[in-house]
Amino acid sequence: MAHFDVEVRVMPRASLLDPQGQAVEHALEALGFRGVTTVRVGRALSLHLELEDGDPAAAEAQVRRMCEHVLANPVTEDFSIAVREAT
Amino acid sequence: MRLAVIRFPGSNCDADTLRAARAAGATAYYVWHRSADLQHADAVVIPGGFAYGDYLRAGAIARFSPVLGAVREHARAGGPVLGICNGFQVLCEAGLLPGALVRNVNLTFLSRPVRVRVEAVDTPFTSGFRPGTIFRVPIAHGQGRYVAPPEVLAELEATGRVVLRYVGENPNGSMNAVAGIAAEGRNVVGMMPHPERAASVLLGETTSALVFESLMRRLEVFEGGTR
Repeated sequence: MAHFDVEVRVMPRASLLDPQGQAVEHALEALGFRGVTTVRVGRALSLHLELEDGDPAAAEAQVRRMCEHVLANPVTEDFSIAVREAT
Repeated sequence: MRLAVIRFPGSNCDADTLRAARAAGATAYYVWHRSADLQHADAVVIPGGFAYGDYLRAGAIARFSPVLGAVREHARAGGPVLGICNGFQVLCEAGLLPGALVRNVNLTFLSRPVRVRVEAVDTPFTSGFRPGTIFRVPIAHGQGRYVAPPEVLAELEATGRVVLRYVGENPNGSMNAVAGIAAEGRNVVGMMPHPERAASVLLGETTSALVFESLMRRLEVFEGGTR
């Protein structure tokens, strides 16, 4: 049994207006932080995966299917996956 | 006419929807999301609310409930399906309608009447309206902004599948001020406004009752006037 720690990042697609990101950007500016542009707000998920197959590529493929199937909405979101072998 | 109102944990417009359907003369009843049996429904309505607390994304988890398999079959066979607000979100997540509903552009939850125009009257839920009718109906949503890839939006417009459009103002930033759409077969319709909340003289608005009455008339015609 191989164990993996997985981090998934789901972000609004670049072409989509992100008013939440804009609101955060304005707040940062109001607080005096200069030079901040293009704030985007997304979601992070972490999960632990146990697989027979110890190949990280197999783990990533499974998580990719999870993202395509439920964790992200392909109309509005992009995702990225980071797989780490758990000790 | 048998009308199933689907309930998820977190649906909260189910009672109003049931009432509005019964007021139009339907034999309306609830179907719990865990059941794959629509009990010979002639029509299905997915009501508003916060199914599964909108966890992950509005409608993202509800779309995997057992009942959706039956709803999909019903839709495939040409049966009328109406998604109201959260129901619209569920239908988009389930792929029964194109596009998605995201957070309102001004980030606030909007709960107030708006004006919409009926643009497609070739659906079971709008066939009783005159095309171009403008009426007042409440919205109540934080995620009502309709978005879709440009080619999908263009196709919706070109094929007359924008069913309702906001007029006078676009409350949530929906692309092309879309308030409701139909699937290719036109039997599946989703709308963000709440017709069930404006279907009674007591509530001060009655035009929305036509959404349910259109359905009644349409299905009466199919059944040759028998029920």
